[in-house]
Amino acid sequence: MSVVRKILEKHSQPKRETLIPILQEIQEELGYLSREAICEVGEKLNLSASKIYGVATFYNQFRFEKAGLYEIQVCRGTACHVKGSASVLEALKQELQIEPGGTTRDGLFNLEVVACIGACSLAPVIAVNGEFHAGVSPDSIKEILNTYRERVVENDQGK
Amino acid sequence: MVTIEVNGRQIEALKSHTLLEALRRDGIDIPTLCHIEGLAPSGACRMCVVEVEGANGLVPSCAYPVQEGMKVKTHSPRVMEARKTIIELLLANHPDDCLYCARNDNCELQSLAALFGVRERVYKGDRNVHQIDSSSPSIVRDPNKCVLCGRCVRVCEEIQGVSAIDFINRGSKATVGTAFDQGLNVSSCIKCGQCILACPTGALHEQSYVGDIIDALKDPEKMVVVQHAPAISVTLAEEFGLKAGTDVCSLMTGVLRMLGFERVFDTSFSADLTIMEEGSELVHRLKNKGVLPMMTSCSPGWIKYVEQFYPEFIPNLSTCKSPQQMLGAVTKSFFAEREKIDPKKIYSVAIMPCTAKKFEAQRPEMGNSGISDIDAVLTTRELAELIRYFGIDMQKAQPSAADTPFGMRSSAGKLFGVSGGVMEAAIRSAYFLVTGNELQEIEVKQVRGLDSVKETKVDIDGIELGVAVVSGLNNAKKLLEQIKAGRDDLHFIEVMTCPGGCIAGGGQPLNADKKAIQARMKAIYKIDSNDAIRTSHGNEAVKRLYAEYLGEPLGEKSHQLLHTYYAKRDVIK
Ligand code: SF4
Ligand code: SF4
Ligand code: SF4
Ligand code: FES
Ligand code: FES
Repeated sequence: MSVVRKILEKHSQPKRETLIPILQEIQEELGYLSREAICEVGEKLNLSASKIYGVATFYNQFRFEKAGLYEIQVCRGTACHVKGSASVLEALKQELQIEPGGTTRDGLFNLEVVACIGACSLAPVIAVNGEFHAGVSPDSIKEILNTYRERVVENDQGK
Repeated sequence: MVTIEVNGRQIEALKSHTLLEALRRDGIDIPTLCHIEGLAPSGACRMCVVEVEGANGLVPSCAYPVQEGMKVKTHSPRVMEARKTIIELLLANHPDDCLYCARNDNCELQSLAALFGVRERVYKGDRNVHQIDSSSPSIVRDPNKCVLCGRCVRVCEEIQGVSAIDFINRGSKATVGTAFDQGLNVSSCIKCGQCILACPTGALHEQSYVGDIIDALKDPEKMVVVQHAPAISVTLAEEFGLKAGTDVCSLMTGVLRMLGFERVFDTSFSADLTIMEEGSELVHRLKNKGVLPMMTSCSPGWIKYVEQFYPEFIPNLSTCKSPQQMLGAVTKSFFAEREKIDPKKIYSVAIMPCTAKKFEAQRPEMGNSGISDIDAVLTTRELAELIRYFGIDMQKAQPSAADTPFGMRSSAGKLFGVSGGVMEAAIRSAYFLVTGNELQEIEVKQVRGLDSVKETKVDIDGIELGVAVVSGLNNAKKLLEQIKAGRDDLHFIEVMTCPGGCIAGGGQPLNADKKAIQARMKAIYKIDSNDAIRTSHGNEAVKRLYAEYLGEPLGEKSHQLLHTYYAKRDVIK
C-alpha cells in the first residue's frame, strides 16, 4: 500500500478540515509533497489538485520537490540582509538555476530561505547541511558549491 | 420591501437583496472587483465599500444585507479615499503595460483608475514578476496583470466544475495559477474561456491567431476559406457598438469577402449535417440497444471534461465530429475535389464563439491523411480585431450571401448557437427520420430559455424519449452523477460547456450582462421563427452533399470524414 493510502486510511473520515494534518504526515514520510500524493489526496477528499496546491503553498512548511543531497539555507535575517544576503541569494539562484524551494536537476542541492539562524556576527551566512559559511559573497558562492560537488565525486570514486 | 436611507434620500429595497443590489437597482453605481452576478459574494476586494451608520468601519456592500431604516453613504470622502487606496495599491504591483495589452480600452482596472483620478504611481517598489503562461492553444495567462479578484477561480470551480486554477502562495507572493505551477496545457483546464469573460483585466485572454490569418491572406499560394458559427452573426455587432441581439449575417459575409476570404461558408450548414448524422446515430442506438443516454459532442470543452473526469461516459458521447470539424473535413475533401485544388493549398479558418474550438482544431485525430480539417480558429473578438485592422466599416459593407456548396442552412442549424438548440433541431429531424412525417409542434419550448437545466419528454411514434439539456459543466456534472447513481429515464442529453450556450461562449464580446445574453438568444429564435426551412433534413444543400458524395448518414464516407473517437485523458486534476 502506498504511503499516502496508509495515511489516508488512518484518518477514519478524511475531510477537508483534516487536509493540513494529512499533508503534514505525508511530508514527514516522503520528505516532500509529491504530485502523485497531492492528486491522490485530492481524489479522496474530492478536492482539485489546484486547490490543495493552493492551500499547501499558503503555509511555508511544505515543499514540493524531493530534497537534494545538500540543503542550502540562505539566511534572510536582518544582519545578513544588511550585509547583502539578497545578492547572495540571487547568485545562488543563478548558479543553481532554481528558485527557493527548488531542487537542482542533478539532485545535488536544494535551496531554502530561512529566518535568522543565529550566527549574525558571521553575516551574511549560508548553511549547507548545517555547515556554516561565514561572510559569503556572490563571488565566493561558486567555490563553496564546488567543494560539495567535489565531495560527491570523491565519495563516488571511493565506492 | 424595506426602506433605507441612501445619501440622505429614502429608497425602497427588496428584503432579500444585498446592499449592492439595492443600490444598483436604484441607479447608484458602486464599483466592484470580486463580485460576480449570480454567485455568492466573496467580499474579498473591498472595492464596493460604503458607510453604514452604526457599523464598525466601512462595509462591503456586495456582502451586506439590507435592513429597514439603515443609513448608507455611498460616496462620502471616507469611502472614496478607501476605494482609491485599493486601486493605488493594485497599481503599485501592476505593470504599466496598457499599450501592449489585450484589454487596453476595455479594462476594469483602467476604468477604475480613471474613475478615481489615479494619475500617478503613489506606491513605488519592486513588482512581482511572473512568467506568462502561453502553453495552451486557447488561453494565455499573464499573472503580472492579475488583481487577485478571484473571479476566474470561482467561475472555473462553481460554474464549470473544473477548478484548474486557484490562489497560490500568500501575501505579496500570492498569485492565481495551476496546480504545481504547471502550464495550463497540462492542467485540467477545458479551454472554455469563461475565465476570460470573468476577468476584469488583461490577465487572461485568448491565444491569438489573427497574425496567422493576416499572413495566410497574403499568401498567393493559398486558397483561404472561412466559416462562421451560428452564434457569431448575432453577437459580432456588439463589438462595433450596436445593440446586443442585432443580426448582421449578410453584412458580416460581405465583410469577410472584403477581408479577402475566397469562400465564405456557414457553419450552420454543417450543423444541419451534424443533425443528420447525430439524429441517425440516436435512432440507431435506440433501435439496436446501443449505449444510452446518448450525449452531444459538439462542445469541445465538454468533450475534454468527459475524457478527463468521466471517461466511463465516453461510450455515451455521440461519435459525430462538431459542425466546425465536419465543415473542415468536407471542405478539404468534397470541395477540394470539386474545385480541383490540392487540399494542402486550402487554408481553412473558423470564426467561433469559443476558445476551446482552437484546441479542438488541433486534436491530432481531427483530420484526414495528415491534413487537418481546420487550420486556424478565431473568436468573435478576434474577428472584430481583424475587421478593425483592415479599417473596414462594418455598417457600410455590401451585404452578401454565403457560398455554395456549404452556404445554405436551415434555421435548425442556426439553433446550435443556443443552449437547447441542438436538442430542438435533433428532435425535429429524429421525428422525421422515424416517422417519415414532419413534427407538428415544431417549437420545443421546454428546451428553450436560459435555465441551466431543462428536461422534457418527447413522443416519437409511441416511443417516449426522455431528454435533458444542460449548460455550464457543473450542471453536467450533477446530471452525470445522477446517472451514475442509477437514473435511467433519459435517452438523449445535450451539453453545452458555456452557460446559455455558444451565444455566451468564451470567445464572445466581453461585458455582456444577462440582458445581453437574453437578447442574443432572442435573435436566434427570431431567425428560426421567420425562416422558411426549419429542419435540417429539409436543407437541400445537405441532401445534395449526401447524393453527390457522402451516400447516406452513418455510411462509410460519413464514418471516415464526419465521425471521430475519444480517449481517456491524463491531466493534473
Ligand atoms: S490589465 Fe488593464 S491596466 Fe493592466 S496593462 Fe492591461 S489594460 Fe492596462
Ligand atoms: S478556460 Fe475554463 S476550464 Fe480553463 S481555467 Fe478558464 S474557466 Fe477554467
Ligand atoms: S486572472 Fe483575472 S479574474 Fe483571475 S484573479 Fe486575476 S484579475 Fe481576477
Ligand atoms: S541575520 Fe543572518 S544569522 Fe542572524
Ligand atoms: S465587490 Fe464587494 S468585496 Fe469585492
